[in-house]
Amino acid sequence: MNAFRSTLFSSAVILAAGVSIAPVIAATPDNMLIIANRIDDITTLDPAQSFEFAGSDVNRNLYSKLVGFDPANLSGGYIPALADSWDVSEDGKTITFTMREGVTFESGNAVTAQDVEWSLRRVITLNKTPSFILSQFGFTPENVAETIVADGNTISITTDKRYATSFVLNCLTATVGSIIDSQTAMEHEVDGDLANEWLRTNAAGSGAYTLGSWKPDESVTLVANNDFFRGAPEMQRVIVRNIQESATQRLLLENGDIDVARNLNPEDVAGVALVDGIAVDSELRGRLMYISMNQKNEILANPKVIEALKYLIDYEGMQNGFLNGQYTIHQAFLPATYLGEIDDAPFTLDVEKAKALLAEAGYADGFEIGIVVREAQERIEIAQSIQNTFAQAGITVSIQVGTGKQILGIYRAREHDIYVGAWGPDYPDPNTNAGTFAFNPDNSDEAGATGLLAWRNSWSIPEMSEATLAAVVENDRDARAAMYEAIQREHQQTSPFAVMFQKIEQTGRAENVQGLSLGGAITAVSYWNVTK
Amino acid sequence: MSLADTQKPGLRGWLLTDTPTSRRHARAASLYQAWLSLKGNHMAMLGLGILIALVIIAALASVLAPSDPFIQDLSLRLTPPIWQADRDPAIEGYILGSDSLGRDILSRLLYGSRITLYIVTLVALMAPIMGLLVGTIAGYAGGWLDVILMRITDIFLAFPRLILALAFVATLGAGIENAVLAISLTAWPPYARIARAETLTIRNSDYIHAVRLQGAGPMRIITKHIWPLCISSLVVRVTLDMAGIILAAAGLGFLGLGAQPPSPEWGAMISEGRKFILDHWWVATMPGLAIFTVSLAFNLLGDGLRDVLDPKDGAS
Amino acid sequence: MAMAEQSRKGRRRSPLFGIAKKTGSTLLTVVATMLGLLFVTFFIGRVMPVDPVLSIVGERATQEQYQAVFLELGLDKSLFTQFFIYLGDVVQGDFGKSLRTGFPVWDDVTRVFPATLELATLGTLIGVFIGVPLGVLAAVKRGTWIDQVARVVALIGYSMPVFWLAIIGLMVLYGKLGWVSGPGRVDIYFEDIVPSVTGMILIDSIIARDWTIFWNAVSHIILPASLLGYYSLAYISRMTRSFMLEQLSAEYITTARVKGMSEWAVVWKHAFGNIKVPLITVIALSYAGLLEGSVLTEIIFSWPGIGKYITISLLSADMNAVMGGTVVVGLVFVLLNIFAELLYKFFDPRAK
Repeated sequence: MNAFRSTLFSSAVILAAGVSIAPVIAATPDNMLIIANRIDDITTLDPAQSFEFAGSDVNRNLYSKLVGFDPANLSGGYIPALADSWDVSEDGKTITFTMREGVTFESGNAVTAQDVEWSLRRVITLNKTPSFILSQFGFTPENVAETIVADGNTISITTDKRYATSFVLNCLTATVGSIIDSQTAMEHEVDGDLANEWLRTNAAGSGAYTLGSWKPDESVTLVANNDFFRGAPEMQRVIVRNIQESATQRLLLENGDIDVARNLNPEDVAGVALVDGIAVDSELRGRLMYISMNQKNEILANPKVIEALKYLIDYEGMQNGFLNGQYTIHQAFLPATYLGEIDDAPFTLDVEKAKALLAEAGYADGFEIGIVVREAQERIEIAQSIQNTFAQAGITVSIQVGTGKQILGIYRAREHDIYVGAWGPDYPDPNTNAGTFAFNPDNSDEAGATGLLAWRNSWSIPEMSEATLAAVVENDRDARAAMYEAIQREHQQTSPFAVMFQKIEQTGRAENVQGLSLGGAITAVSYWNVTK
Repeated sequence: MSLADTQKPGLRGWLLTDTPTSRRHARAASLYQAWLSLKGNHMAMLGLGILIALVIIAALASVLAPSDPFIQDLSLRLTPPIWQADRDPAIEGYILGSDSLGRDILSRLLYGSRITLYIVTLVALMAPIMGLLVGTIAGYAGGWLDVILMRITDIFLAFPRLILALAFVATLGAGIENAVLAISLTAWPPYARIARAETLTIRNSDYIHAVRLQGAGPMRIITKHIWPLCISSLVVRVTLDMAGIILAAAGLGFLGLGAQPPSPEWGAMISEGRKFILDHWWVATMPGLAIFTVSLAFNLLGDGLRDVLDPKDGAS
Repeated sequence: MAMAEQSRKGRRRSPLFGIAKKTGSTLLTVVATMLGLLFVTFFIGRVMPVDPVLSIVGERATQEQYQAVFLELGLDKSLFTQFFIYLGDVVQGDFGKSLRTGFPVWDDVTRVFPATLELATLGTLIGVFIGVPLGVLAAVKRGTWIDQVARVVALIGYSMPVFWLAIIGLMVLYGKLGWVSGPGRVDIYFEDIVPSVTGMILIDSIIARDWTIFWNAVSHIILPASLLGYYSLAYISRMTRSFMLEQLSAEYITTARVKGMSEWAVVWKHAFGNIKVPLITVIALSYAGLLEGSVLTEIIFSWPGIGKYITISLLSADMNAVMGGTVVVGLVFVLLNIFAELLYKFFDPRAK
């Protein structure tokens, strides 16, 4: 049943004790998979624009990419998908893919190299938020005609420098790498928008599923594509229903009205684990929880204070308390399972040491500081726990809670003191996090590098930025890993980021449902391997 | 009938007179009679008793609370209340159990009563006064001023209330003061309507004509003569609305836009506790019961007051 | 009721003139209220420190991408210019697109409003069918234990935090006992089966004569509707009692009793006959209150209604959606008010 046992940290906990809280009275139809999840963050289904967790989950099942992951073997890395094979040129700048034969889109049109050319160029031309995943290789709207070129059944892409091949291919597995049916899409183009508007609510892909319907805040329905090139999926319909409350998801699961509940909190996980016929899976995801200290604040810019605060967080208490089972202590910016990951955790709650450091810094009596945090239960609890432990060293914390967008606005404008944040990797390559936690070439306000976490915290790191740049062009895998390890060790000690935890997604599932992969730390969910 | 016959001795007699000697005397007498009739209503007295207890608890929270409402102990989180069989008997304190950060729920409830009182008092002062001002001016002035003020009232009435409050809080920033302000801003229109209706009936009375003839200006008439007459129906309405106000504040807390952590505001406590409702019912239920009790007390009192002061008060 | 006060003062003129004038001023009132509503919403949306651009571009956007969307939304123009552009579109029936869902706001609203309508209507029906008899009984038996029980039942309904009761109700009646179905409007595999005519599943399934879906929908709606019904029952029964007391103490009732009329006839024919009109006003107002969408109930029951829609949109600064939703809710409220006022004019002898 555990399809991802091979994934390093994945584990499945099945506790089928004899105590049943609720009788399982109903069951969902055999060829249908029904999932409860929070999906109100989906704003668009266009692969060139979609950038949220729930959106990626939908896209991975609607579209295929040149290269992809086998849901049953995520740790095996990328494998051929729409591309059958690829060659790298002598200078390492050009990768030429040969297309798989006989694959069709849901419209019946054949998937051709032309479609790949159109889809990838489109990402660059539209220049929506996630386009940086491809444009970081030097593609611009002006040069795509030369750099992304189809020829017969091959497609070649030429980068501006020689990058690690794995870096380029990893980026192509991201949602922006989705291959769209150019013919169908262009029939719906309006005012030269490359069908951006139409693809927002429709799909034209060659994935395992086609889009049945998307009702915002309500549900997404996927219908099986029985011509899928890896074989027809067993689940003929997959319905993802938007259920906000953990307690509600649990009740639905226990009553057999859904097959999978994806947002159970630790208490509800413990509860469903006792119910007959329900299993709980734990899968390590890529999301990190951290706090960051704005270097514009004079107090927080003091290296001793930064170090002291890292000793004033009750990592273990939180992990074993309200985060139990859903976050694991992790103190480096690369998530576990990534190339170059380190598992050092040098910081623990040590009030005496922190007090000594604060005294050295000249704040023996503490100081007052603000924490901004978005309205999300676990983050508010983290903020409160930090407030509590900071107070033990005389630091008075005021917490400001706001909606996600409000708090993000403050953060991007560099107006916070301390921010409680979460960060999920965008593509399965170490640069995805290194390029934001440890990269900030121009710290001026004018630079406006709002996408970079280091910039948002006003942390000026010309040397570390150089090191991060050097790591992306290193082609030797081991050397590259060593570079990231070194950067992280320095980052861990000196940066104004206290990375605290990595996410473990706990899923409650009806026992008869097998083979569901959430995508680990590297990709999104896939439904086509699911059986009942 | 001579004075001596009817006047009973002492304060009680003075209050029970049917031949008042001054206007103040008359008002005191009628209030006393209302009080006597209210006293006969056991339900209303129960409500009043609960509210008095709430005030005492709020005043003495620091003495009554067994521990600091903010102290956390992650190792003792979600301890059940003392009477639960599944509780580890070695744990001391935590009579009503502990929350997800291991804080004492009883202490938080006791301190939270201060916040509830604070919200209730502020809203009870702000919203009716705003309504009174708008309503009496509109009713007394009439004409275009009336039309404009009443249109504005209608606009606010037509707004979905919780959503308007949400919008205000989102604009002003989350926090208890802003929540109070937002609730007041959404709560005043019904008071304006009542006050206007009362003003319209009073405005043309002989009594007001007489006052006007004595040379009193509109400001003086409104504040000295019309306001006092509107008070009783407003008091009834406010008391009945208090429950709604507490629930609205709790609703904002539930959506995370009311009191900010670690404040022990009851609505926020429910919101925190609802995560655990299926297995650790006490975390959300204790503050839920507290809110329920206080709301019920206000409702019982308000219902009794309505019977006494304003038996004919209709839908407004 | 203040409205009642107003209408009682209706002056006598030529009826035709009166009707024309009334219709004109009523229309004017509606338009003025709607304009005001739009303006207030618009203003709130613009001063709110939530950035609509961020809702679209998300966390990772560069400054340049941010700027592009900023201009696309016309946020560089002055507040008044923006308002008038928006107003111009609305007058032409275009509420714009929701930034969050990507669908035209009008489509979204016509999708979510029937869900609320269905719930609110059933809730009000429950409130009326239990609340009115309860109120009458309490008034007739004033001061007895029946009155006290009715009072406590009603006041408990008033005092209960609805979200708390909702969670408990769901846990017990659905989770433990399995008497009702869970959150949502129908079991998910029944969704989209009956053709959507009204958008209200109960009615659509009757039209399609699909009784399986009808009963499934009933089992889903019954719990949230009962909760809302309890709340409106509380209000309606208290008001009924208050109106009835006023009537029962009136002189004509004493006369009727003296004449030897049966108690049943006195209560139901005379007294109740006279409170029908103010009662309908009360019911209309309580209905309007439920139609605003009970945000908390909708969230807990995963009910895709308008209250939840507006709230989520508001929190992500999707002002087109908020304004569209508010206008619909406001319009319903104003129309119900006018309806109540008309009833008064029609039936209230003093207004004639």
